Amino acid sequence: MDGFDYQFFTEVLVGGLLSGVMYSLVAIGFVLIYKTSGVLNFAQGSMLLFAALTFVSLTEHGLPFVLAFGITFGAMVVLGIGIERAVLRPLVNRPPITLFMATLGLSYIIEGAAQLLWGTQVHGLDLGIEDTPLELSGVLISKFDLFAAAVAASMVALLTLFFRYTRIGLAFRAVADDQFAALGIGLRLPRIWATVWAAAGAVSLVAGLLWGARLGVQFSLSLVVLKALPVLVLGGFDSIQGAIVGGVLIGATEKLAEVYIGDYFNGGIETWFAYVAALAFLLIRPAGLFGQRLVERV
Amino acid sequence: MTELSALPGVAKRLPAWLGPVVILGLAYGVVPLIGSSYLYEAILTPFLALSLAALGLNILTGYTGQVSLGTAAFMAVGAYAAYNLNLRAGLPLLLDIVLAGFAAVVVGIIFGLPSLRLRGFYLAVSTLAAQFFVQWVLTKFSWFSNDSTSGVIDAPSLHFFGYSFDNAVGRYLFALTIVTVLTALAVRLIRSQTGRNFIAVRDNEIAAKVIGVPVIKTKLLAFAVSSFIIGVAGVIWAFAYLRTVEPAGFNLDRSFQILFIIIIGGLGSIRGAYVGAALIVVFPLVLSRVGEFLLGGLFDSGVLDMSQRIVLGALIIGFLIAEPDGLVALLSGTTRRFRWRGRNLQSASI
Repeated sequence: MDGFDYQFFTEVLVGGLLSGVMYSLVAIGFVLIYKTSGVLNFAQGSMLLFAALTFVSLTEHGLPFVLAFGITFGAMVVLGIGIERAVLRPLVNRPPITLFMATLGLSYIIEGAAQLLWGTQVHGLDLGIEDTPLELSGVLISKFDLFAAAVAASMVALLTLFFRYTRIGLAFRAVADDQFAALGIGLRLPRIWATVWAAAGAVSLVAGLLWGARLGVQFSLSLVVLKALPVLVLGGFDSIQGAIVGGVLIGATEKLAEVYIGDYFNGGIETWFAYVAALAFLLIRPAGLFGQRLVERV
Repeated sequence: MTELSALPGVAKRLPAWLGPVVILGLAYGVVPLIGSSYLYEAILTPFLALSLAALGLNILTGYTGQVSLGTAAFMAVGAYAAYNLNLRAGLPLLLDIVLAGFAAVVVGIIFGLPSLRLRGFYLAVSTLAAQFFVQWVLTKFSWFSNDSTSGVIDAPSLHFFGYSFDNAVGRYLFALTIVTVLTALAVRLIRSQTGRNFIAVRDNEIAAKVIGVPVIKTKLLAFAVSSFIIGVAGVIWAFAYLRTVEPAGFNLDRSFQILFIIIIGGLGSIRGAYVGAALIVVFPLVLSRVGEFLLGGLFDSGVLDMSQRIVLGALIIGFLIAEPDGLVALLSGTTRRFRWRGRNLQSASI
């Protein structure tokens, strides 16, 4: 190797940054739920699978895009409300780790139900975006990745506006800040939780479509959740900005590590590299980049 | 004391050692005489391996309160360490198994270090690192599997002190003996000061620190003990149950399975690991029979797999909601109710 190939480096870096945006997309769903109900929702990945599978099966039955999207959206809202009723409400006031384990069970149920309903075969999903590389001053960028990044950016913008300028957004922030105080001033916690879970369902629909177009709609789609967890650890579980920055950072370091140091380890390090990177970072800052610092009093 | 034991109900109470002794008597004396090889190979041996792994996880999660999602990784470390020690060092097999447990301890302490700074979800996520890292190492570096394709290892034949344990009953007895010894040790540990330290750290870390519990030492010790037991469980899983294993067999699903065992069986209970493992092993068999009976030909393996996931998930949520202390609490609640009723009847008759 003579000299450092800057063009190649930039290409890898940009590819990594953009694929990191895809991770952020999944992570945002987690953050929404964690912020308002204090649950790390492991079922996010299976919700994503459920949404993508429902959408694909509906379009394969001949429904137009908009109608299929609408029906799937409705299904996700119903699912969100159902989860609030059947799982969250009976478990109110339990330790967070109990709720986490409940979402593990939930992910099993949703995965099983989705595949029982729609079958286990792999579906292709075409969103009508060509995946042709775009050349920008010598650097090749995937058009699909750019599209996904644009979608993620607009979703974050929407969510931020929603949280800042609507009454429900205000209620969400109140609940996130202090559940008891929110209850005290008369906010209806069950309704807010149902709304949040429905919103997370909608986010997982968008993420599911993008990831599904990338990987094909199949069981392994629910494993995307495992890609999002180190992003959350790095960014902090309760920060949307953290999810974005964490996702981009993880995406970039992961790709760079795979390309530049992966060969020394026989390759295939992307399964664990993100975790180890996030972990190393956590040992320095235990609350992640943007997470709320926990103050302990004795 | 004489008055107390003269009271009805108290005198009737059976001594605590009787239950385990009866169970062991049945397991050693009766089961080997009546069982079929299907019973040993498909039910009892995997049950023993899983319950031992669940016991190990319960010490970490149930007693010390540190949630781990990397159980299968430590099982894999145990299994592959025992395989390599047996292959390369030429030590007696029993020593290999103990050393394999210690290999799991080393890995467990390394991945337990984040627990000193992280809590709750952050720790649960960081234990996933162990899961993926160990699986990657075992698949990528073929030295660990003696250069076999895709990391598959074959278990050595089980010989101890000149006796062969290579048939189905022998492997069952081998597993049973190891599980019995480790369970006895675990019970002793839990009832000692160390065990109470575990519980103190789980219930309130700061309060534990204030009353003088060495929190760091206790946490790392919990990781070490738990990893040792889980590592040995991995050896049983590989050597006595499957005989041929690959790293992919110790995947995240296995880790979840063991976590589910202790949730269903009972967090923070020794018996819970066994009750939960029994349910997890038997329930797929029952479900497939029932499904076949009800749905006939419609019930193929795909449907079975999916409905298994659904029922399992529903069970987890159901237990967390209705009986957070698991099957064990359910069972002892039932016996207590019966005992109370008996006592009331007796006092009424007086």
